[in-house]
Amino acid sequence: MVSPVRKGGLNVAQEAYITGIGMSEVGVRLTRSALGLTLDAVKEAIADAGLTLDQIDGVATYPGKMQSFLGFSPVSSDDLIEVLGLKTRWHIGAAEATAQLGAITEAANAVKAGLARHVVCFRTVYEAAALARPEEFPPLERRKDVSGGSQWVSPFGAFSAANWTAQFAMRHMKRYGLTREQLAQVALNDHANAALNPRAIVKKPLTMDEYMSARLISTPFCLYDCDRFTDASTVVIVSAGDALDEIKATPIRIAASAGSVERYSWDQAEWAGAYPTGRDLWKNTDYKPKDVDTVQFYDGFAFQPITWLEGLGFCEVGEGGQFIEGGKRIARDGELPMNTGGGQLGWGRLHGFGFAYESVVQLRGDGGARQIAGDPRVAIATSGGGPMAAALLLTRD
Amino acid sequence: MAWQRSRPRLDNENRAFWTGGAEGKLNIMKCNDCGGFIHPPREICRHCQSENVAPHAVTGTGVVDTYTVNHQPWAKDMEVPFVIARVALDDAPGVYLTTNIVNCPVDAVDIDDRVRVVFEEQDGIWFPLFEKVG
Repeated sequence: MVSPVRKGGLNVAQEAYITGIGMSEVGVRLTRSALGLTLDAVKEAIADAGLTLDQIDGVATYPGKMQSFLGFSPVSSDDLIEVLGLKTRWHIGAAEATAQLGAITEAANAVKAGLARHVVCFRTVYEAAALARPEEFPPLERRKDVSGGSQWVSPFGAFSAANWTAQFAMRHMKRYGLTREQLAQVALNDHANAALNPRAIVKKPLTMDEYMSARLISTPFCLYDCDRFTDASTVVIVSAGDALDEIKATPIRIAASAGSVERYSWDQAEWAGAYPTGRDLWKNTDYKPKDVDTVQFYDGFAFQPITWLEGLGFCEVGEGGQFIEGGKRIARDGELPMNTGGGQLGWGRLHGFGFAYESVVQLRGDGGARQIAGDPRVAIATSGGGPMAAALLLTRD
Repeated sequence: MAWQRSRPRLDNENRAFWTGGAEGKLNIMKCNDCGGFIHPPREICRHCQSENVAPHAVTGTGVVDTYTVNHQPWAKDMEVPFVIARVALDDAPGVYLTTNIVNCPVDAVDIDDRVRVVFEEQDGIWFPLFEKVG
């Protein structure tokens, strides 16, 4: 379904909007509970939107509560509904979805269908705290009785998505000539932007020397190419277009979305999900890449934004490294400002939702020291780095 | 790599893959109707949805599709660095195996290297690793 844009034809009542954003304290090994952090972020988001709790009638999250390792996702939609005393008409919390931002797409579809008016969408991460408190949060068992997808990678020491993603990056180096100096621009750009974001865990810029001398994790990735476990909750509120009269904030329209998974197994996928998802996003809108004012690309690992640049057609496949070479084009004053809040390498591992949050900040002009110039109206937020991916096209109409 | 590898839980779909090494066989699930390979193994062919599938011993040769040198000790007894690779099998089109390239220095591995399977047994599981050929 092609969503109408700027000139006429836009039936606001049939659209879905992000109307509020909120975030808890962002840190490493926080002591406040995961549910408490989630509450903090919800309160901030509803205040931002100008709503009250009794107006919230939907909840969406990714990936839902993960009992296998609670640090990865400690709070369920049911937990939140219970502690907020909500009377919901629609809710979801699902790992079997296109990717993190898929939860926001689901919420958008729900409000468009009239199933809810105002949906709290949240992603709470608690991995740093959980690893520091193993008696409360038993670590994921990786050593015996592994099953499902894990059995095909863990026995070979490929425990981490760093190993899986690194292999895609190595192929890009061999096939297309991607260099470590090009890859470094993602981390350097993230650190420079995070230094201007008071909520980011990174407080200062990174130099190329520091990057090149950092210890290796999994070639070509060094320490600065990998996000780090973070404790935080990020919330966006998705509202129905016919409920905007209840909102005080500038609404940001979810103008299009896309998501995909071709092979669920990381090691069977020929290409990252960014490629099919990126192509599909443009089929769902009549905006074009040239209309985009800022991109907020998932960067759990520094290689992933390169796949998004190529997948979304900002450059040809294989040219992502050249696109970011030197870092000028993706800087805040460049032609395509990227990860203006610091991305996950600078802000923290907010796991996808931070990109939607920062898109809203920039489109509203609320970025303070990190605000991009001009009058940004179109942003792309993405999530997912392996074979699953999701993308949102967000506009201030 | 002296560390104790993660031990897969055996079931009807994966048993032939993880135990075939006892007979020197690298077993990949194959469809007897369309001839396609199914990996990870399932009881239904992902190409034609036939249920007439069975493990098939492939030659065990292939090429390094891509790789990474892992430097991070993810487990306490893990000796680093070592090579994690994705091997494309010569005679099972479309199937990749995540594995380790062994019996050579970590900096001797590159994309497109020809490799062959060598099995490492731990506790009844025969892990298919690969070494360079020639």
